[in-house]
Amino acid sequence: MTEREKKSKVGIKELSPIDVYKLLPKTNCKECGQENCMAFATKIVNREVTLEQCPPLLKKENEKAYKQLKEMLKPAVKEIVVGTGDKAVKIGGKLVMYRHEFTYFNPTAIAIDVTDEMPEDELLSRIKSTEKFSYEYIGYTLKLDMIAVRSTSGDPEKFKATVKKVVENTNLPLILCTLNSNVAEAGLMAAPKAKPLLYAANMDNWKDMAELALMYGCPLVASAPNDLDMLMSLAKTLQAYGVEDIVLDPGTFANEGLADTLNNFTMLRRAACKAGEELAGFPLMGVPMVAWMDKGETAEEIVKWREAYLAGMLIVRYADVLVMHGANGWSLLPNAVLRQNIYTDPRKPVAVEPGLKVFGTPDENSPVFFTTNFALTYYTVASDIENSKTNAYLIVVDTEGSAVDSGVAGRKLTAEKVADAIKATGIENKVKHRKIIIPGKASRISGEIEELSGWKVQVGPRDSSEIPKYLVEKWQP
Amino acid sequence: MAEKKKKIEDASGLSLSPDLLELLAKFQEIELEDFELEVKDLELWFESGALPRQLMPPLKAATPAMKGKPTELMMTQFARPIETYPGKIVEVKLGATKGEGGTRGKSIIIGGETSPAFYTFERPTVHPPVVTLDVFDMEVPLSKAVKMHVKDVIGDPAAWAKLAVDKFGADMVTVHLISIDPLLKNATPKDAVKTIEEITQAVDVPLVIGGCGDPVKDADVFAEIAETFTGERFLISSITADMDVERCAKFVKKNGHVALSFTPMDLNLARELNRRLYDFLGKEDIVMDLTTAALGYGLDYAFTNMERARLAGLMGDVELAHPMSSGTTNAWAAREAWLKMGAEWEPRELRGPLWEVTTALTLLLAGVDLFMMMHPAAVKTLKDVTANLVSGKKADPCKFVDWVSTKL
Repeated sequence: MTEREKKSKVGIKELSPIDVYKLLPKTNCKECGQENCMAFATKIVNREVTLEQCPPLLKKENEKAYKQLKEMLKPAVKEIVVGTGDKAVKIGGKLVMYRHEFTYFNPTAIAIDVTDEMPEDELLSRIKSTEKFSYEYIGYTLKLDMIAVRSTSGDPEKFKATVKKVVENTNLPLILCTLNSNVAEAGLMAAPKAKPLLYAANMDNWKDMAELALMYGCPLVASAPNDLDMLMSLAKTLQAYGVEDIVLDPGTFANEGLADTLNNFTMLRRAACKAGEELAGFPLMGVPMVAWMDKGETAEEIVKWREAYLAGMLIVRYADVLVMHGANGWSLLPNAVLRQNIYTDPRKPVAVEPGLKVFGTPDENSPVFFTTNFALTYYTVASDIENSKTNAYLIVVDTEGSAVDSGVAGRKLTAEKVADAIKATGIENKVKHRKIIIPGKASRISGEIEELSGWKVQVGPRDSSEIPKYLVEKWQP
Repeated sequence: MAEKKKKIEDASGLSLSPDLLELLAKFQEIELEDFELEVKDLELWFESGALPRQLMPPLKAATPAMKGKPTELMMTQFARPIETYPGKIVEVKLGATKGEGGTRGKSIIIGGETSPAFYTFERPTVHPPVVTLDVFDMEVPLSKAVKMHVKDVIGDPAAWAKLAVDKFGADMVTVHLISIDPLLKNATPKDAVKTIEEITQAVDVPLVIGGCGDPVKDADVFAEIAETFTGERFLISSITADMDVERCAKFVKKNGHVALSFTPMDLNLARELNRRLYDFLGKEDIVMDLTTAALGYGLDYAFTNMERARLAGLMGDVELAHPMSSGTTNAWAAREAWLKMGAEWEPRELRGPLWEVTTALTLLLAGVDLFMMMHPAAVKTLKDVTANLVSGKKADPCKFVDWVSTKL
């Protein structure tokens, strides 16, 4: 067995809180907000707090321990910051290849492109719509992250003017896209402090681009389309040149190039996470907008469709930053949600506490609903009841984390459980009526619920977004 | 019809065929009424929000002190991280031709993988995933975006099956026997046999036989169908832990069919049910369904569950080394797939099928071998992507570099 194979068998670094604790100042000062240093060490291992939250550790005398801990906690994929201030975006910082091994950090950043030949009103409206993109989803606001400015003119002055216009109109971090170092320099001069991601250094221009990256302190993309040897050579050279923050672009190809695209992303991430290959340990950039390249006579809707699913596949297969051209809600929303899903912490439980939830100030005539204790079911229903501004009771039935339809199908949501929950919550002492509104998807067990509980069942809407309308039309105590 | 079928087959690459374009374009003209989706066994899986993400501070890695900046590229090679796995996913044959004891025009083999999904840098894909399209044996509430494509055949499962195969390119057909539900029409096992008989006459692809979710009634109906269509290698969808597993496994084995072992999002339960089936069935007679949740409604759990199962199977866990089936149609349980939203999110006629596509492609990359799907555009895309992934064609580096400077 070679050294490489041995290393790859180790997989994710097994880090114990004890290893971390040994290096902490052990003052138990609670300045970090934890009970003691051991508790802090546990949170460090779970990545719930950062070393910088321990003030004593940052003192001069602990510098060595701090550095050791830093090294110990170093992710397999380097974390890189693009932009400055509130809107700065962190990309990379991955600890593992598969999310079940731990969790993924730093959701794939999505950039929308503009060009230096776009009419000004179009440029501004694209920036505005990128900033405005916002979707409320289970307590999160899904947003877009960056603007990619492409030089289609190849004219340094035009690029400079465009970048200037962009930074005047948005705080979103930028990706400056040009393979011409003179054009790149002009762009950087218009945004000298913005710390944009510079795209890209390739086998021809790497030296000039590296100089620019060092001069402006910005991260630099190394680009070698479908050539991983060249990509690693570029990374190695840039690193030796002094560029620390590198992003890797192995090329994105639609259609017949799809297999190579996924293979390159997958191999790079595996090399970084499983083989400890340092040069592969940088964030990966995907460019779904290549779907627009062979557009031909194809209708725009179809191109957007292709770009969207290419983006989705890259979100699943390790892209840390994406550049997209199609800026439509219908094509971006699935990917915004997918990204949130894939980057959700898999260690988190899926169920909420069963029991009685109260909305507003219900009285003895207020409606009574029930739902399951699967977290997203509960939060969705709860937010819809809140939106209805109705005073109401919601019984959360313990379905072991099943949603309504799968609960009914899998016998996790039964009439017995509903009847028991009605008893257990003491709702009978809180309302005078005996009517329970059940989820439309549980209508199959409505008869049994009436039999077992003695309550009259009103079958509610199939989707809880209809609750406000339902209450107006159908609810009588 | 033959003309159209040809067109779809000819459409190479990821391009959607012209008639599909028409299909999509049409969506925008239709004013949809309020939603009325529901397929019998749609499942919603929810998750709460994630823990507040703790971002790590930027690393100040010690840069190796350079004597001087390099003047030439420092050439190195990328060591391709190739691995071997002790396990192999079982090959399962679905459908049987005349020569094999059935009446199907062809049989389809799924499984057989020896690497994670589409790690073609490591090993080629053995059997590309296949798609089976949903057909319902009675009128069911469907999302309008789906209904518009099947409205002429609702209530006529044989015609529906034919449409799915001839027009939408389905590799297989799933017959959902909703009407047998004691709480609905309570159709008899004989009625169900008649429906299946009509479908076997109408199409010659392998079939999936779907029940109504009632553990007793499903077993009775499956038994009758298994006996009547002995030798057809139907996929019986599904056998669950609360059914009479022994009885079901026996009639599946005796009549040469395949069991779909369904468990709710828990690998231990999946192992347990498979172990119970092993007493009566060969490993090559079992496909597993680990539960599919929609994008936005627990897809992360489904994805990780399937990815883990596939990796475990490859690492030698034989109880999880079965081909995987996904009820991808569940994507339509997400309200964002069908709900009329603000103008900035429209048209939902595109958003809906893209929701199904995104759900499908995510699970494709986790290792799903058999997709149970609904929308023709979603099916088309999944098939195109799969074809490209296994084509062995190479990326052309020249095609990429221009993205920076291309005027669109």
